[in-house]
Amino acid sequence: MGELRYRVVVGLEIHVQLCTKSKMFCGCALSFGEEANSRVCPVCLGMPGVLPVMNEQALEYAVLVALALDCKIAEFTKWDRKSYYYPDLPKNYQISQYDLPLGSGGFIEIPLEAGRTKRIGIIRAHLEEDAGKNLHTAGNFSQVDLNRAGTPLLEIVTEPDMSSAAEVRTLAVELQRMVRYLGVSEADMQKGHMRFEPNINLIITKDGVEYKTPIVEVKNLNSFRVLERSVDVEEQRQLDEFLETGEVMGMGNKTTRGWDDINQVTVLQREKEEAPDYRYFPDPDLVPVEFKCEWLEDIRSRLCELPIKRQIRFVDEYKLSDYDAGVLTAERSTAEFFERVVAAGGKPKRVCNLLTQVGLKLANEKGCSVAELDITPKDFAQVSNDVDGGILSASGANKAIELKAQDPDKPFSVIYEENNLIQKSDVGELEQIVEQVIVDNPKAVEDVTSGGKKSKKAQSFLLGQVMQKTKGQANPKVVSEILDRKLG
Amino acid sequence: MQSELLNMSCKELRDGIAAGRIKSAAATEAVFGAIEKYEPVIGAYISTFEGRALAKANEVDAKIAAGEPVGELAGVPVAVKDVMCTTFGVTTCASRILENFHSPYNATVVEKLLAADAVIVGKTNMDEFAMGSSTENSGLKETVNPWDTTRVPGGSSGGSAAAVAGRMCFAALGSDTGGSIRQPASFCGVVGLKPTYGRVSRFGLVAYGSSLDQIGPVTRSVADCALMMNVIAGRDPADSTSVDEKNAPVCDYLEKLDEPVDKLKVAIVPQFSAGADEPVQKALTCALDVYKKLGAEIIEVDMPHLDYAIAAYYIVATAEASSNLARYDGVHYGHRTENAGDYVEVYSKSRAEGFGKEVKRRIMLGTYALSSGYYDAYYLKALKVRNLIRGDFAGAFEKCDCVMMPVSPTTAFKIGEKIDDPLTMYLSDIYTISANLAGVPAISIPCGFDDSELPIGLQILAPAFAEDRLLRIARMFESNTDWHRKKPTIVE
Ligand SMILES: [Zn+2]
Repeated sequence: MGELRYRVVVGLEIHVQLCTKSKMFCGCALSFGEEANSRVCPVCLGMPGVLPVMNEQALEYAVLVALALDCKIAEFTKWDRKSYYYPDLPKNYQISQYDLPLGSGGFIEIPLEAGRTKRIGIIRAHLEEDAGKNLHTAGNFSQVDLNRAGTPLLEIVTEPDMSSAAEVRTLAVELQRMVRYLGVSEADMQKGHMRFEPNINLIITKDGVEYKTPIVEVKNLNSFRVLERSVDVEEQRQLDEFLETGEVMGMGNKTTRGWDDINQVTVLQREKEEAPDYRYFPDPDLVPVEFKCEWLEDIRSRLCELPIKRQIRFVDEYKLSDYDAGVLTAERSTAEFFERVVAAGGKPKRVCNLLTQVGLKLANEKGCSVAELDITPKDFAQVSNDVDGGILSASGANKAIELKAQDPDKPFSVIYEENNLIQKSDVGELEQIVEQVIVDNPKAVEDVTSGGKKSKKAQSFLLGQVMQKTKGQANPKVVSEILDRKLG
Repeated sequence: MQSELLNMSCKELRDGIAAGRIKSAAATEAVFGAIEKYEPVIGAYISTFEGRALAKANEVDAKIAAGEPVGELAGVPVAVKDVMCTTFGVTTCASRILENFHSPYNATVVEKLLAADAVIVGKTNMDEFAMGSSTENSGLKETVNPWDTTRVPGGSSGGSAAAVAGRMCFAALGSDTGGSIRQPASFCGVVGLKPTYGRVSRFGLVAYGSSLDQIGPVTRSVADCALMMNVIAGRDPADSTSVDEKNAPVCDYLEKLDEPVDKLKVAIVPQFSAGADEPVQKALTCALDVYKKLGAEIIEVDMPHLDYAIAAYYIVATAEASSNLARYDGVHYGHRTENAGDYVEVYSKSRAEGFGKEVKRRIMLGTYALSSGYYDAYYLKALKVRNLIRGDFAGAFEKCDCVMMPVSPTTAFKIGEKIDDPLTMYLSDIYTISANLAGVPAISIPCGFDDSELPIGLQILAPAFAEDRLLRIARMFESNTDWHRKKPTIVE
């Protein structure tokens, strides 16, 4: 067999559930986990004679995302009916947008390793209504729960610009971060707020000739793990299939596969010849949407700095590591709180440590954001500066924040005092303790003074002894200086 | 006394009831007396609500006795076509598939009737899902023409027209997708108005062709039609296609009704109207003479695309219908087959058993027109024709106040005469369809009889949202003729 190289090509369709107050075309509240068919009305049940009324908030949210994706916003868009019969679809058509999506021709920037980024093209973004759910728990019959029917979904379709499973996952995570930043979706994977359908094929070069394998669409994936895994699995499967059959991409040989999580394989669902004719046509019950300039500008003004941009800026401006910047910008509220603490006078790196080591931990425990901990940016800045000023140790600072969270009304001076958090920096007092430690540990002292391999380790041992004797209150910087002077 | 009561106009009755001179209960009892007498022959109703109606009548009478304010249709017994949802009784659309369907909500127009203190006596028969021109496509029962019980009442609102003509209510609501109010009104010698698309809320009207459907009144006079419009017209937030009050305000249609339109200019389309039967053409000529005597100027206009109206209509309407009727699948409500092996069979068998022949035919036609590969040639082409027809009307209305033409090429035909020939049946809609395609209002008023003593209707079409002028133009004719006072022999 001759030379063979290949690369995988992936485009993604993503459905994002928008967190609007009500459903896409009726007044029902969105639902998760409620009793089956308890969040329904004649409209989302598709009863005879009902008419849909468009939810303005869903349109605003969708346009906001489309703008964040740098899409061109259509001047004029409309609603279309997509027809297919399925028990979870009460009208047997779905209201969607066919040939005039509200957004098209944009891109999303995704982070790669080492602070590099990559642009992935966005073909289109459009709004549609979700279907209900079929339940198969009643023996010979299936049951239908229509609580989800009519929930607003934003469908985003990317260009086939991704070239690895890892990139696909990164895009999904980045999009999750983006819609959360914009406040348009909770993007909770457990609740099915984001669903993915990757379109995957390979470009294979064999003996100098290039072949493209038939495109496979994997349906309805609802976790980052499964999304990434399915691309990997499909990559191998398509390679094997190509080597066996030599089949290449052609008219009408795109297939649809599902994910079998138990066996970790994709399974054939539908050959393209069986693809349904959706008989799209404009929904006569809804009026077309024209985007007025002022309205669009109003939406545009609600755009915030996107997470990836913010991450890069945090690295540049605050000299944080890419990793730290990533952690701080994962949630919009954390990033904004961080900047407020810095604005209140905290040193960026120190503030970052405080927030990531203790702030986020506390917030997580309480199920709130750092901004909601009852600790002000000024408080954080003070503690951060107290560390830099040698008043607190890093661990003392963490402790101080924890205590402040428990009792927000107590001033830091009292917290420091009551818990002996203030570091001992008095050289005279510390010298006495150091001398005692030197006397008590001749072996270690010898290791240090001999300057051998064990020197460094022995020095930290002695430092540790001093810290122990002072119950952690000694300023390690001062102690080290004394040790250096005495043993140097 | 009873027949005197039954022959009153809605307005006379309402005024009498509001003044305490007449009891709504008496009028309602009279109506149910008429139903007892004529309904076994005419068959206008799918369901009647005697107990409910009398209770409402008594409630209105009590309010009046107590000096409380009452609505614009206080105590007036009316009927509703069984295509509008009501929380009481069933809403069948004259289809087996919805034979036992109980709606959880009221159509907006039903709410408006109830708020106006109307007494709803029953729901009228129709062609199944409003698809037809004779009411013979009802899956539930037969309705005959009160003027000749061997003939059809027209359709699809045949039950409403027959009930109004047969004195089994004082007014009724119908729905008009391609002539379904105007043609039965003309066949039954009553007044029928299809308002401008968007003038009356469609919420709760079971959809046939959503971009064409419009609810309107069937009455025994133009004044009653105006009164009914006062109650049902207006923007409804639940119907996105209903029109903003700011752009096209609803007015009091009764206020200036008796003011003739000054310097009235009437347009006719001679070649187009020439396709009608001779008695129909003659009646049209006579009607134009009446207007001439009233000082109107008659002009001829060319509306070249009207010839394509039927073709365009049967594509647009059936395409929309194929989608609108997809929900009747036996899964969520309505008829479900008893012998399905899997869910696909639940669909196919429930629908095969539940829908009648004409409904199936139109679903097939519409599905075909929307199918990939045919969409451009059929549906898109039909939309273009529709725009050209709109253009024809826009051009005509630059030169005139209204267009007049026949309602139907024939008078009421024999039961069974056309039922096996769908194309001939479709052609009988030729004069009514274009108003739906263009979205403009059109009224049918009685304007004569043929040799068999069958009523003939005059159709008047006006610019969008000009219902007030349209009603005034119709009223000019009515005040100078007696056709609308003629009664079918069955109720003499
Ligand atoms: Zn709902």
